[in-house]
Amino acid sequence: MNSLKKYLGIVWMLLGPGAIAFLVWQASQKLSTPKATTDEWVQWGIIIFIFTPVAIGMVIFGWYAWQKEYDHMEED
Amino acid sequence: MANEPKGIWKVIGASSVGTLIEWYDFYIFGSLATIISAKFFPPGNPTASFLATLATFAAGFIVRPFGALVFGRLGDIIGRKHTFLLTLVIMGVSTFLIGCIPAYEDFKWAPAVVLVLRLLQGLALGGEYGGAATYVAEHAPEHKRGFYTSWIQTTATLGLFVSLIVIIATQKLLSPEDFNDWGWRLPFLLSILLVIVSIVIRMKMKESPLFASLKKEGKTSVNPLKESFGHKLNLKMVLLALFGATMGQGVVWYTGQFYAQTFMLRTCNIEATQANTWIGIGLLLATPFFVFFGWLSDKIGRKWIMMAGMLLAVICYRPIFDGMYQMSDVNRKEIASEKQIQFTKSANPRIAGDSLLTLKRETIYTDGSVLLNTNEISKKDVEENMRSTVVPAPRQPKITNVLKLDESFQWKFVGLIFILVLFVTMVYGPIAAFLVELFPTRIRYTSMSLPYHIGNGVFGGLVPFIGILSVELTKTAENPAGNYLAGLLYPMGVAAVCFIIGAIYLSNKKPGHE
Repeated sequence: MNSLKKYLGIVWMLLGPGAIAFLVWQASQKLSTPKATTDEWVQWGIIIFIFTPVAIGMVIFGWYAWQKEYDHMEED
Repeated sequence: MANEPKGIWKVIGASSVGTLIEWYDFYIFGSLATIISAKFFPPGNPTASFLATLATFAAGFIVRPFGALVFGRLGDIIGRKHTFLLTLVIMGVSTFLIGCIPAYEDFKWAPAVVLVLRLLQGLALGGEYGGAATYVAEHAPEHKRGFYTSWIQTTATLGLFVSLIVIIATQKLLSPEDFNDWGWRLPFLLSILLVIVSIVIRMKMKESPLFASLKKEGKTSVNPLKESFGHKLNLKMVLLALFGATMGQGVVWYTGQFYAQTFMLRTCNIEATQANTWIGIGLLLATPFFVFFGWLSDKIGRKWIMMAGMLLAVICYRPIFDGMYQMSDVNRKEIASEKQIQFTKSANPRIAGDSLLTLKRETIYTDGSVLLNTNEISKKDVEENMRSTVVPAPRQPKITNVLKLDESFQWKFVGLIFILVLFVTMVYGPIAAFLVELFPTRIRYTSMSLPYHIGNGVFGGLVPFIGILSVELTKTAENPAGNYLAGLLYPMGVAAVCFIIGAIYLSNKKPGHE
């Protein structure tokens, strides 16, 4: 189980930037059309703004998993 | 009950009523969004529209986590009791003031003032929950933490229920004109009475015994933010709480309670009163299960109850929502009769000198359901269509379909909503106890509030928006309606990732094993 926790850490480290890249791509698709409104710019701006630190958190979580920080939990 | 700590029900009552009122305050703004938009954010005004979007988005997504940090820090420094009293006052006063603001036509600053008050509501909500959950948990014996804190967990659902009841009752008591004119303000104004009662009750309560003894010993945290997020030992638990529990819990909660409503209203086109009544019944029937799963988590541990809720949600969402769609799909129903019931011409409120032409058609189906189809187009658009040689005509009428299903569908819908809310009770019932036990007393308020509000406010709050967006993305020329189940991909994906992380990384700590 500890090896699984460690190697899945790589997945979590990739998932963070992957999710942000997907969001930015989606936003560029929606906002590049001439019909895009100020409202849509605000919505996407807020979503990307708030998800960026969350994605960084996911990378840190993956890094901790890779570093075996979750192998022996205090609560176990 | 025997062996119960003295005064525990007073503690639960005082905390739960206040939290319920905060949820009520937060929800009435959402439930009355259409009327608020018309009064304070008039169409055709880009600044007002911009502020409306900010009010909707920023209150839930940015300000709630920020409120968790501000009030969490305060709660770990000065104490739980005074902090969650403060959040209650901010929420109550903001809500009351929203009900007092004159409409945009009389007060041009109305959109900006409403935005500020809405942001204050989000800020207060961000600080309230962590305080209430921590306060109750710190009064409860360890082996009954899940049971006692689960009463706090019922408040979010009951708050929604009470807000729906108050709005429906006000609508029934007043004529539609009076409600639109001034009656919509009553649910906001009522809040101040509820808040005063709750403040009086909370003022009489004592500080949490664990925090009080920590303070007496001079062991409270000086910088809870740094201790919570600056030290690896605690930060790793905050991240685990977010990605292994609250992220999935948030999407399951919002899908069960809010996306289901959006889906019934927008995708199934079910009449609003009928949809809200069925949702209300489903919520009420499922609410006791918050307490049941909280109690069960004291016996078998928190982890697998929450994980089972997420897994069941991932597996069952598609068939449940598909079932709702199939029952309301008029293409599968047989027409009994069809008639044009009204053709009206009225002044166009958006363009001076123009008029709106409205055609209403009613279709009755053999199963007793009735579809009201409304086509609305302005006279200027009709004239432009007549001048144009382009096919199809450039200006299409605005089509609205409202389906009133036969009452024979009631219990089938209520059953499906009940199952959705049951998943919510599985993931949400034990989560307060789970979060409280993950962090030490000195930084508990700060540490548990942030993952809770990111999981619920950000991941959960985006479910309806991403759901509608996902359906839009599947629309093509061949399939103009798009895939009606595409909106479920986001909650299912987030819940699945959270299930994997939770199942692998979380331990199933049982009370008494510290």
